Amino acid sequence: MAFLTDRKRAIGMGSAKAGTEHFWSMTKSSFGLVILVPLFILTFAPMLGAPHADVVAYFARPFPAVVAGLTLVVGWMHFKGGVQALIEDYTDGLVRKGLILGTICLSYAAAAASVYAIARIAL
Amino acid sequence: MADVNRGNRPLSPHLTIYRPQMTSMTSIFVRITGNALIVAALLVVWWFVAAASGPEAYATADAVITSWFGNLVMVLSAWALWFHTLGGVRHLIWDAGYGLEVEQAEFMGWIMIFGSLALTVLTIIIAVAL
Repeated sequence: MAFLTDRKRAIGMGSAKAGTEHFWSMTKSSFGLVILVPLFILTFAPMLGAPHADVVAYFARPFPAVVAGLTLVVGWMHFKGGVQALIEDYTDGLVRKGLILGTICLSYAAAAASVYAIARIAL
Repeated sequence: MADVNRGNRPLSPHLTIYRPQMTSMTSIFVRITGNALIVAALLVVWWFVAAASGPEAYATADAVITSWFGNLVMVLSAWALWFHTLGGVRHLIWDAGYGLEVEQAEFMGWIMIFGSLALTVLTIIIAVAL
């Protein structure tokens, strides 16, 4: 250890060279969600608890279907980036990698399931 | 060498020593609310998939989400969503270079707290009345 130079010890411990891109990605999705979240609340909240036929008829309309699809896809991708920041702050090594991979799998699976469900209702 | 006293340096004061501030507490709650929204987000996905699957699956999912416990989760999540959203707006304002004075930052914190509560009440009204 004592024979390592300061530079050698620092290599690999710092930025993953993608911090700016991650930040900008979160900025973009957060801006989109500021628009989408109020629209989603307005369309989704009244439908919660409604009869099945009403729900299917409502989300077969273009506006509610597109708002729901966009909100869930952008929302889950934003979630993926946010949870990654949380994991990177509190864990290391293999645990960190495993949790990030799990988050990515869950986020894409949830987004895909949402798109599939809304498309099936709408079409 | 820089190895002297490695791992035994004095640490800067952290969460345990600071008096809670409006800025730090609202920041911590933005993180908590954002990550906690996983529960409601999964419930919403389940609700849509169930609605696409058919009336029986929908009846089960909708009954769980609109049960008293489901309602509690959804109301708390509505607050979390609004708090996180307002926190996101604050971040967009900060990133644009505005609102960085302490008084302005703290004022935006108050807007987040009372704004999220007001928007949660509004959300409940929309969910029940419309």
